[in-house]
Amino acid sequence: MSEKPKVAFYWCASCGGCEESIVDLAEGLLDVIEKVDIVFWPVAMDFKTSDVEAMADKSIFASFINGCIRTSEQEEMAHLLRKKSKVVVAYGSCAHTGGIPGLANQFAREQILTYVYDEAPTVTNENKVRPEVEHRMNGASVTLPAFRNVVRTLDQVIDVDYYIPGCAPTPKIAQEALQILLSGELPPNATVLAPDIALCDQCPRKDSKPEEFEYHGFKRPQWTDIDPEKCFLAQEIFCMGPATRGGCESLCIGGNMPCTGCFGPTCRVKDQGAKILSSICSALSAKDKDEIEKILDSIPDPLGTFYRYGLAGSLLRRNVKLPVS
Amino acid sequence: MELKSQNDTWKPRIVAFFCNWCTYTAADLAGVSRIKHEPNVRVIRVMCSGRVDPQFVIDAFVKGADGVLIGGCHIGDCHYIDGNHKTIRRFAMLKRILKDMGIEDERFRLEWISASEGEKVKTVTNDMVEKLEKLGPLGLPKKFIAWDEEMNHLELEISKPKEEIEHV
Amino acid sequence: MTSTKQNGEVRIGYFVCHCGHNIGATIDVLKVADVIKNLPGVVISREYKYMCSDPGQEMIQEDIKEHNLNRIVVAACSPLLHENTFRRATEKAGINQYYFHMVNIRENASWVHVDKAEATRKAIDLSRAAIQRVFFHQALEKKQVSINPNVLVVGGGISGIHAALTLAKAGKKVYLVERDPTIGGLMAKFDKTFPTLDCAACILTPKMTEVKNHPNIELMTYSEVEKVSGFVGQYKATIKRKPRYIKEDVCVGCLDCIDACIYKDGKYYDEFNVGLSKRKPVYIPFPQATPQLVVFDPEACVRLKRGKCKETCVEKCDRDAIDFDQKEKFEEIEIGSVIVATGFQIFDAKKIPYYGYGKYQNVYNALEIERLVNSSGPTGGQVVMRNGEVPKKIGIIHCVGSRDEKTNIWCSRVCCTYSVKLAHLLKELSGADVYNFYIDMRTPGKGQEEFYNQVMREGVHFIRGRVAEVTDWAAEKEEQGKLIIRVEDTLIGVVRRIPVDMVVLGVGVEPHSDADKIRRLFNISCSTEGFYLEKHPKLAPFDTASDGVYIAGGCQGPKDITDAVAQAGAAAAEALALIDKGFIEMEPNTAFISEDNCSGCKSCIPLCPYTAISFDEEVFKAKINEVLCKGCGTCVAACPSAAIDQNLFTNDQIYNEIDGLLKYEIV
Ligand code: SF4
Ligand code: SF4
Ligand code: FES
Repeated sequence: MSEKPKVAFYWCASCGGCEESIVDLAEGLLDVIEKVDIVFWPVAMDFKTSDVEAMADKSIFASFINGCIRTSEQEEMAHLLRKKSKVVVAYGSCAHTGGIPGLANQFAREQILTYVYDEAPTVTNENKVRPEVEHRMNGASVTLPAFRNVVRTLDQVIDVDYYIPGCAPTPKIAQEALQILLSGELPPNATVLAPDIALCDQCPRKDSKPEEFEYHGFKRPQWTDIDPEKCFLAQEIFCMGPATRGGCESLCIGGNMPCTGCFGPTCRVKDQGAKILSSICSALSAKDKDEIEKILDSIPDPLGTFYRYGLAGSLLRRNVKLPVS
Repeated sequence: MELKSQNDTWKPRIVAFFCNWCTYTAADLAGVSRIKHEPNVRVIRVMCSGRVDPQFVIDAFVKGADGVLIGGCHIGDCHYIDGNHKTIRRFAMLKRILKDMGIEDERFRLEWISASEGEKVKTVTNDMVEKLEKLGPLGLPKKFIAWDEEMNHLELEISKPKEEIEHV
Repeated sequence: MTSTKQNGEVRIGYFVCHCGHNIGATIDVLKVADVIKNLPGVVISREYKYMCSDPGQEMIQEDIKEHNLNRIVVAACSPLLHENTFRRATEKAGINQYYFHMVNIRENASWVHVDKAEATRKAIDLSRAAIQRVFFHQALEKKQVSINPNVLVVGGGISGIHAALTLAKAGKKVYLVERDPTIGGLMAKFDKTFPTLDCAACILTPKMTEVKNHPNIELMTYSEVEKVSGFVGQYKATIKRKPRYIKEDVCVGCLDCIDACIYKDGKYYDEFNVGLSKRKPVYIPFPQATPQLVVFDPEACVRLKRGKCKETCVEKCDRDAIDFDQKEKFEEIEIGSVIVATGFQIFDAKKIPYYGYGKYQNVYNALEIERLVNSSGPTGGQVVMRNGEVPKKIGIIHCVGSRDEKTNIWCSRVCCTYSVKLAHLLKELSGADVYNFYIDMRTPGKGQEEFYNQVMREGVHFIRGRVAEVTDWAAEKEEQGKLIIRVEDTLIGVVRRIPVDMVVLGVGVEPHSDADKIRRLFNISCSTEGFYLEKHPKLAPFDTASDGVYIAGGCQGPKDITDAVAQAGAAAAEALALIDKGFIEMEPNTAFISEDNCSGCKSCIPLCPYTAISFDEEVFKAKINEVLCKGCGTCVAACPSAAIDQNLFTNDQIYNEIDGLLKYEIV
């Protein structure tokens, strides 16, 4: 048993979908369990941080960390696992590029706390209680992890060896990645373990995209009768596919919804949002300024659309006006 | 190694992308005509303003530019027919994104400067410098370091022996 | 992150130029060389007085050999000036010329800044960017494109005619496109030409006939260039042939139809005589019009307007040459180069209302006078005014629509001398007393000042002062019925009122009102005033920024016949040089798609202005046709998965320039 490589799973700021995706491996999971020794997996197994701390440095073969990093505790665990592991894998969009929680980088910490603890319609908090990092009561002190000002991708906190993209990674992509890692022949550092080609390559609707086209305005999918066969962009429904790494088996497209970009950009791209912006906007039909602005208005939340999963990992990372503390 | 004055006082630094056929030529003309202007612009020559990838603009800000200027031919005059039409469309959207990300309007500018408008190179440069001086530094490289300072404390603790980190 | 291969160790040689004092006086060149020396990859960093001189170039070459350099960066003047010089030097020393990169610290820095520390800092930043950039340079080969020897000449005025004939004589096929029904342009309307007073028609008509008869010239009059595509060596142009309603190959120019027209007299504005006479719906612009073909004016001809007429003209035509069913035709021609010689137009004097043009019938513009004094003009060369009288006193006002903040600020260059000429002709023909009102007399050019002196001796009066007003308001009796010119005579410092019978406005010249449309067809830039922009104001006044497109004559700026012809010859010679070389080398700055990386999203395809990108259905990838790609880079910027890159401007190169420019921030 101890001959098998040791593996750890950990979650940080995430929705739990990534953990779910490991369970979703179904029978595949058994294969995995057969080949590895899971030494740490708080969601499913009872290990304590102290158990990890007790391990020898680099004794874990690979740690799969999902979720982005928002609290001091997540930072601490990331550092700990980094120390104990040979290989650290950022698992899923949040760890990889910031994911949905990364969109919080549009707002200041205080804005978020105010909303969550005071203003949200479902909250009653008459005493305006806020979480404190340290609370003293009857001489004892209770601590909570610090809530950071910035949402971070995993590699903004520790060195990351590999990435498995997706919100969440599909069982197929996860299993293939595991196989690669366990094969003993490790790919070059910082590789994203998914095809390095945009989604259109694998899209079932690719034939229906015309060669000549321009955008007169974008329709919102929820208000549109979507042709289930035709390229979304050809229907003037915004799709991130051209700027997003493939490998997801076109699941959203299969469900008649456009790609929202969770697999992140190809390795040649520094900023996924800027790239989709460039390609889509170049092909607007409008020539003068007012017309252009009118078409742009049909994308109501461009930042949230272009950077849905990539804001924290984008070039700018965060609204640059926001306070540091 | 660097000149001393670099650390003295802050001066806005502008990265400019000038198209070869109009604005770059206009800048040359400004040179030949000795039209003096502010020394803050650093020009990168591209064949057409259409070559300017929005990533370049963001990257320049990230690397420390206080402003980014794109210079191209007037609409209808692009050497490649309508490269600048693509520029203006991307520019409009990129402006929106930058605004949402807290980068002021004046920091990102698109100007059509034809090959004969050496004078305009000066007016645009001086005007932009003036506006940026009012705004002050954008200073993203420093900002990124400052953002991440909140993690330093913990990193130090982690490298210390275990018992010092208290858990209840 | 990077896809560019770096072949082996990068060894950079950095050379910074003083350019005498041009750079050295503002930029601390020694300091720049010193800072750059310490950058990674830099093997040698030198400064020198004149890098572009032979010893400068030899220095680079020796260093390449001695230090085994494989990247060269020269910080000097603009790459638009000397990039090729240094590329050649690099190539001579045995390394590919595209391993060279140039930093512009003269036009972009030393010439435009005063603060030495700041200029030096800028030079360092720009140089650092280049040093980082050249790491990603690669060996490239120039593309060769063959040159189609046919030439399109646009505009059949004296410039176009001269250029066409020069080319035709050299054995090249020329398409001469003129939008009017005849060639000849403005010059055909002139009477005698300054300063020699030889008659315009006598020197122009033989050339026009030669054009008509030359086997190498295909004359396309009453035609316009509609569309141009392609690139140097391989242009395609669509020519719109407007219908004359005459079978061009049948009509012999007997003009019987004109006589036979139901209109017994002319009724419509006669373009050739600038409205001083009337013509019929069917007409020939002037007796020597080339080609000798009549035209039907569709706005005037009853048959064409209403579909019905007695058609007396058709009846009369023995040769059955009239064809009212003719339609506009479009012809496509293939050429390798173009000479644009579309000329200028005269300033519309109505824009200066206080000179009374269009208000007082005896106020004329200079072109009208050219017709009036012409022996084949509307009055047979008699100076008879619109009111039927012969003027006794004539005032000629210079600089109308020239050197004027309110209209056109430039000097039109020809008006002083033609006004002097008109003064001479008017005086000679009518015996009138002639007054010229000038701001400054500008008579440069061979024989022109002498001519001015001669006319002065003939007794023409010259009054220095900008005319304030032309009015018919008489202050005293002898002014009644006259046009009074109010002017401050600045030589004696007195405001004068000079009553005359006839006023001639020495109108300036300006770009054609549709000059903009035409230049866009050929991708020519224009200067602020709208004249076409030459590649270099001194060394290449006939060349443009569009390869293989040359300019000549009035479209480039105000000039007289002598200069127009000289420029036309130069443009023709340039075209010949291009043609006889047989091919042109093009910058290898084309874009290319990595097949492995392309997802087939087709985003790039509609963006290319030259349809250089096609889609290969078989492999489901986009492909760029290197021959069609002109290297704008638009598709590169747009490809959402960065599957496209552009030679000479790769993503890596540009990112590293950005990084290098700003590096100091993080130190
Ligand atoms: S835009 Fe890029 S990925 Fe899309 S078809 Fe063109 S080259 Fe291929
Ligand atoms: S760079 Fe791209 S868009 Fe521009 S000409 Fe070449 S293929 Fe066409
Ligand atoms: S060439 Fe100047 S903008 Fe396209």
